[in-house]
Amino acid sequence: MAETSACDVAIIGGGPSGLAAAMALREAGVAQVVVLEREKQAGGIPRHCGHPPFGLREFGRILSGPRYAARLVETAERAGIDIRRQHTVVALHPGGSLDLATPDGTATLQARRVILATGVRETPRSARFIGGDRPQGVINTGALQAFTYLEKQRPFARPVIIGSELVAFSALLTCRKAGMQPVAMVEANDRVTAWSPYALAPRLFGVPLLLETELIEICGSGQVGRVRLRRDNTEVLLDCDGVILTGRFVPAAELVRSSHLALDVGSGGPVVDQHGRCSDAAYFATGNLLRPVETAGWSWREGRRVGAVVAQDLAGDLPAPDRVLSIERGAHVKLTVPQRLALPRLGTGLGDFIQLRASDKAGGMISISCGDRVIWRGWRNTLPERRILIPLADLALPEGADSIRVSIED
Amino acid sequence: MAQPEAGMTAQAALGRNWDVAVIGGGVVGCAVARRFALEGAAVILLERAPDILAGASKGNSAILHTGFDAPPGSLELRCMQTGYREYLEIRERLNLPLLETGAAVVAWSDEDEAKLDGILAQAHENDVSDARRIGRDELLAREPNLAPQARAAVLVPGEHLIDPWSAPLAYISQALAEGAACLRNAPVTAGSFDGASWRLETPRGRITAGHVVNCAGLHGDELERSLLGECDFEIRPRKGQFVVFDKAAAALLRTIILPVPTERSKGVVICRTIFGNVLVGPTAEEQPERDRANLDRRMLEELHASALRMIPGLAPIPVTATYAGLRPATERKEYRIGVKERNWISVGGIRSTGLTAALGIAQHVVALYDGAKTATRAEPQWPRMPNLADHLPRDWQQPGHGEIVCHCELVTRREIEQALTGPLPAGDPGGLKRRTRAGMGRCQGFYCSAHVAAISAGRLHG
Ligand SMILES: Cc1cc2nc3c(=O)[nH]c(=O)nc-3n(C[C@H](O)[C@H](O)[C@H](O)COP(=O)(O)OP(=O)(O)OC[C@H]3O[C@@H](n4cnc5c(N)ncnc54)[C@H](O)[C@@H]3O)c2cc1C
Ligand SMILES: Cc1cc2nc3c(=O)[nH]c(=O)nc-3n(C[C@H](O)[C@H](O)[C@H](O)COP(=O)(O)OP(=O)(O)OC[C@H]3O[C@@H](n4cnc5c(N)ncnc54)[C@H](O)[C@@H]3O)c2cc1C
Repeated sequence: MAETSACDVAIIGGGPSGLAAAMALREAGVAQVVVLEREKQAGGIPRHCGHPPFGLREFGRILSGPRYAARLVETAERAGIDIRRQHTVVALHPGGSLDLATPDGTATLQARRVILATGVRETPRSARFIGGDRPQGVINTGALQAFTYLEKQRPFARPVIIGSELVAFSALLTCRKAGMQPVAMVEANDRVTAWSPYALAPRLFGVPLLLETELIEICGSGQVGRVRLRRDNTEVLLDCDGVILTGRFVPAAELVRSSHLALDVGSGGPVVDQHGRCSDAAYFATGNLLRPVETAGWSWREGRRVGAVVAQDLAGDLPAPDRVLSIERGAHVKLTVPQRLALPRLGTGLGDFIQLRASDKAGGMISISCGDRVIWRGWRNTLPERRILIPLADLALPEGADSIRVSIED
Repeated sequence: MAQPEAGMTAQAALGRNWDVAVIGGGVVGCAVARRFALEGAAVILLERAPDILAGASKGNSAILHTGFDAPPGSLELRCMQTGYREYLEIRERLNLPLLETGAAVVAWSDEDEAKLDGILAQAHENDVSDARRIGRDELLAREPNLAPQARAAVLVPGEHLIDPWSAPLAYISQALAEGAACLRNAPVTAGSFDGASWRLETPRGRITAGHVVNCAGLHGDELERSLLGECDFEIRPRKGQFVVFDKAAAALLRTIILPVPTERSKGVVICRTIFGNVLVGPTAEEQPERDRANLDRRMLEELHASALRMIPGLAPIPVTATYAGLRPATERKEYRIGVKERNWISVGGIRSTGLTAALGIAQHVVALYDGAKTATRAEPQWPRMPNLADHLPRDWQQPGHGEIVCHCELVTRREIEQALTGPLPAGDPGGLKRRTRAGMGRCQGFYCSAHVAAISAGRLHG
């Protein structure tokens, strides 16, 4: 027989965001806060980011990922938070009822509120439609870090790094630290995706940076032997024994996708209002599940805010909205978080702003309109993968409107 | 170093006089070895790769076909239908899954629609008597997510989905339980016949056997030319690429959706998998290479687009996997099964229906065999396969599984340990995946590959 239990708040995912939410709930006096974590260890992705800087915002000092994760877990457990490790949530049901897989078999848990905090991962080879053979040694940064920091193994010696988001530089550092020498960093665009200072890093480590270069094919039987690249219409073969596919983050939203909750096409995460509340009011979401991708510090702060709002909700201080206004994506907008605003109350769980990402290189002028009326305009750095924030307080939301549209002008 | 070998030690396998050596551990070789073992022949399976299922049997659509569209009166049809029946008869004892879906050959144009009657007539001629024509309304009532351009279909209720890897593993496991042996990393490179038995050379030593059955799939003609000096068929590999959608897609589809076939191929199928995903494929691309089934971005994008044309609701669902398989096609359409001189039976050209037909082919081959049988068997043993099918109870639901190692596919430590031990442990990382599905889910090893590698380090050897 499956065991059933109950709690006030169940948090799915024991990463920075989930643990921060748990702390905020405890501090607000919520009694039974349970964190469900499927791994043997809580702490989330930072557990295997063996490099600084983590923890500045949370602990006022610079820590490595694993030390930071350990600190988060210790702090939570000292505060009496019940972290249930090796507890995998396998299904979400209306009203906060969860199906679990545990080492003792299946179980169910009924929570008054659930906070989803399952994080992000990188896009694997398959979903990128990369051609060629399917040898061993084609992995994401996350797996690379798990190999080197958790299992102390080296999956290869001379990999090529694909992509130049921030995480590609983590891959570079990870390789260097574990004695692997990347043969190149390859980026399809004409500039490095991460902030420009990072463009110097490969050169610092003697790794060629190949811009405007596309990965065509992976070759090798057994282990990777080389990759075929295309640059300026010419193809080159590059010998290597591994391929690290970095970035192109996607929210780990499988539970949402297979549940009754609404999923947002733009962000890839659940549809939420400014409190982090999902389409079923028993569910909230926080952290990188909401959008690809933010830092640990950001996710932690988001977790604290959403935790605080859920505590208010349990205390009856977050009434159902009078009306809901949807935020639509216009030109060049890849995603917005939230996707709806619960009115009239604007106080928020996610922060006092709309988060935005650009879908492609466009001008920097952002406009928000309601029907034909522009209600806000402003300049921002709109390079892809950059955080763009628009203060909610600046928006003069017209009476009776049921949607607004955010666009980036050409 | 003498490694523990499937069934017996390699030393014992080399020292013995076998009745039959089956060359090639694809689904056909596994089924043939099983049938010989059940009939009381002393049989050894020789596989060149570190694990079984390294060739054509590694990547297929996993449909258990009724034979409704096979050439009437052909050996292929006969083997498919006996194979189909035997699978249903034995599957419960071996704990092999079946997902009863039925198939619909869907017409998308006038031209397609005009062909449906012919398809139906052929199905009836092939004794698939429950096949029937359905109109657009019935089709869309059955499959509401199908694009509205669908016109009509021939419904074939008996087409089902199976586990393409557990089935052959079960066949060879039963053979092993009945005294057979399986030697991996053992490519047959040469051989000689002395009038009574064959001496087959492999890097692991010489194997002596009265009869040889060539089940070498994509290398069948090469093998035969090098050992017999000639071969009456020529392998012309035909690649099939696939795109697999994440499990959320399975809710959009029940029936296997087949296109109206063209001259060259059965065309692109869209169906669920027994593991709870949806796949679209295969392409049909001729190529000279026998061992390289490489992926091609443009083809994958085309497949993806064609899936979305048939089922628009797939658009937001992420892609989980891409893969390709090679069909051991020949210059002709039909199976190339026959007795050759020098105690040699060749089983060639088992092109695109071998998963279904394997058990039937095995019956046919044993009937062609006129050699010795060492022992007669009492009631055989029925080794039970671990279940990986999504619609049936899985190990993670049972207490004591240790831990969940692969989160996407919910693969447990106990399942991985089991695959690394037992009579035929996984021989390489691919073999471990096929036995457990670890790393085959949506994250493709983002979370678990390092952990799986650590668990299996030093423990994978065929
Ligand atoms: C490869 C990689 C490298 C990164 N490097 C950095 C970096 O250097 N610096 C930085 O600031 N940020 C980095 N990030 C961003 C990272 O996402 C954030 O730092 C932070 O971890 C986000 O916190 P989170 O709590 O939202 O999610 P996560 O840290 O991902 O935590 C999610 C947790 O949920 C658990 N979980 C998931 N599904 C279930 C389920 N069904 N049941 C139970 N538990 C579940 C997971 O096991 C995990 O512990 C990186 C991300 C990746 C993927
Ligand atoms: C894209 C695609 C889709 C398909 N879909 C279906 C389907 O839905 N339903 C269905 O019923 N069938 C399907 N099939 C067909 C089925 O997969 C094949 O018919 C079947 O796998 C052929 O098996 P085999 O044992 O003859 O060959 P293989 O699987 O190739 O086995 C031959 C084995 O011999 C070994 N070998 C080769 N040379 C030597 C040597 N010298 N010494 C020792 N060992 C050697 C190889 O390593 C290999 O393991 C499909 C096939 C493809 C490619």
